[in-house]
Amino acid sequence: MSIWEFANPRNFMRISGRMLPWFAALAVLTLATGLIWGFFFTPDDYKQGATVKILFIHVPAAMMAINAWIMMLVTSLIWVIRRHHVSALAARAAAPAGLTFTLIALVTGALWGQPMWNTWWEWDPRLTSFLILCLFYLGYIALWSAIEDPEAAADLTGILCIVGSVFAVLSRYAVKFWNQGLHQDSTILKVGEEDPLDVAYYVPLVISIVGFVFFFIVIVLLRTRMLIRARRLIALEARERVG
Amino acid sequence: MELRVGNLAVSRGGLVVLEGVGFTLHPGRALVLRGANGIGKTTLLRTIAGLQPAVCGEISAAPECLAYASHADGLKAALSARANLSFWASVFGTGRDAAGAALERMELTGLQDRLAAQLSAGQKRRLGLARLLVTGRPVWLLDEPTVSLDQAAVALFAGVVRAHLAAGGSALIATHIDLGLDEAETLDLGAFRPRQLRPVAGGFGEAFDDATGALP
Amino acid sequence: MIALLLRDLTLAFRAGGGFGLGLAFFLLVAVLVPLGVGPESGILAIIAPGILWVGALLASLLSLDRIFALDHEDGSLDLLATAPLPLEGVVAIKALAHWLVTGLALTLVAPLLAVLLNLPAAGYPWLLLSLAVGTPALSVIGAFGATLTIGLRRGGLLLSLLVLPLYVPTLVFGAEVARRGAAGMALATPLALLAAITAGSLALLPFAAAAAIRVNLR
Repeated sequence: MSIWEFANPRNFMRISGRMLPWFAALAVLTLATGLIWGFFFTPDDYKQGATVKILFIHVPAAMMAINAWIMMLVTSLIWVIRRHHVSALAARAAAPAGLTFTLIALVTGALWGQPMWNTWWEWDPRLTSFLILCLFYLGYIALWSAIEDPEAAADLTGILCIVGSVFAVLSRYAVKFWNQGLHQDSTILKVGEEDPLDVAYYVPLVISIVGFVFFFIVIVLLRTRMLIRARRLIALEARERVG
Repeated sequence: MELRVGNLAVSRGGLVVLEGVGFTLHPGRALVLRGANGIGKTTLLRTIAGLQPAVCGEISAAPECLAYASHADGLKAALSARANLSFWASVFGTGRDAAGAALERMELTGLQDRLAAQLSAGQKRRLGLARLLVTGRPVWLLDEPTVSLDQAAVALFAGVVRAHLAAGGSALIATHIDLGLDEAETLDLGAFRPRQLRPVAGGFGEAFDDATGALP
Repeated sequence: MIALLLRDLTLAFRAGGGFGLGLAFFLLVAVLVPLGVGPESGILAIIAPGILWVGALLASLLSLDRIFALDHEDGSLDLLATAPLPLEGVVAIKALAHWLVTGLALTLVAPLLAVLLNLPAAGYPWLLLSLAVGTPALSVIGAFGATLTIGLRRGGLLLSLLVLPLYVPTLVFGAEVARRGAAGMALATPLALLAAITAGSLALLPFAAAAAIRVNLR
């Protein structure tokens, strides 16, 4: 079966409806395992104490905040190039989820940073980038809800997402240039190097990242199904009016 | 330049409002579009002008031969009548003299230095229509050209259209008022109304309108 | 093309065109900041490049929604779209007109306002240069943003929300050039990056903007 079969709303609803419970179960299982393991069965850090355990939420949320935008970029490109409506709605569905992940990453980061750096907020390049990402999400969501005609809204938000992606990457480098920052580098892919992430943290962290991915998939599927039903309602109302 | 439209379907708000529209407009002829309000006269003209995509069908004339005059006159209130017109003359590359000639034809020469803001509604409309003369394009697409014109101005404009036809141009006019053009045929758009309004194929409406049953 | 540029410039200078509003706003920022921050010249000297850049950015934001919304309202945008001009060219020309009446004017008055903010003498040429290189990007990015909100009746606020995140790289590099210039540091890298952003935006954004106009017209 071609992947474009999903683009048919009917097929999408059928297949996503069948897959949803499995993804939900996987999300609950991995999230629960990762978080419980991470919170209760890992040692305290010798420098950071128990505070370090917030990383089991902070790191996956931050990763998903970026991944959600990448997914929106891909689905926007699919809409602009191949005109599959479900793809446009999926991009719309992912935006609030991405915004929420961004906010979670910012808030948990503040909670983590307070005892570590002795400040709630620092104009560190990573923190600043996430704040800017948050603005990108807000603009995207606002544009979707401002335009009434769905075709125009999908086209214009698609253009915004594509152009915005370029500027988001530029902003990331600009902000890095602007301030070298306090935030520690990501250590997750540096196993074996000096000062790596402890193996005791590594496994539960990976499990909760997987859990966040499944959670994101569930949210996007649910919201896309909701948006498809809403479009169908509008289509049926239009039929009522003219029929 | 002949304008041939074949099996054209146009849409508004995601619904097909006219389908199977076909006609040929020969040089020197005019075609008057008639139909009730909301039937899709404006949509049809905008589609032919190339401002919105057709649902299906063909339009033979290249957009370079068409001059479109919409409800709005596109005038800048802060510019004089002459400046408004010379702007369009230079955009269409017809030169400075064209603007003066057009002002004279529409009997606006006396008002040429007034700001567009100070013109009456009918004078603004005449200025908006004078723009057609400076485009230098053969096929005119006119959307309710006589709105807010008095009787004398309607006769004046009918004369301008007649001269344009005599010079080998043609005009497609959506109007309720009889311009008194002998060269004009009439096309009633009521005949092209779809029996049942349906969403555009490939649009958002159609993608999610599944009449045969509920979504799983 | 030239006719369009001249028309837009004339309209900007005529009554109700909004020319001067941006400059007045820029002046207000330069006056209000010392009132808020305090008159200490040492502090003002440090923050002057940043304040001037933020002021210039907000001042050019002020008139963005006029670039296309007015033409859409009175129907000229329809007529321009059917005229023998490429829409990409229309966007570029309108962005240029916007730059001439805001960006260029802001660049020219910035040194005067820098006096109010006690900018160190070494900073003046670099402030001028950074604004001259950076403000064209502000105008063209803003013109792109304006095309997204053409069809909306109250698009102004939304437009700011869409455009401000896009302004981040320009602001960062532009203010960095001015700041380093004032502090007498090396500034070739941020200046090159600022110029790259301007050049890239000028080259590519008119195409995105023209696509957005076509979507809005249909």
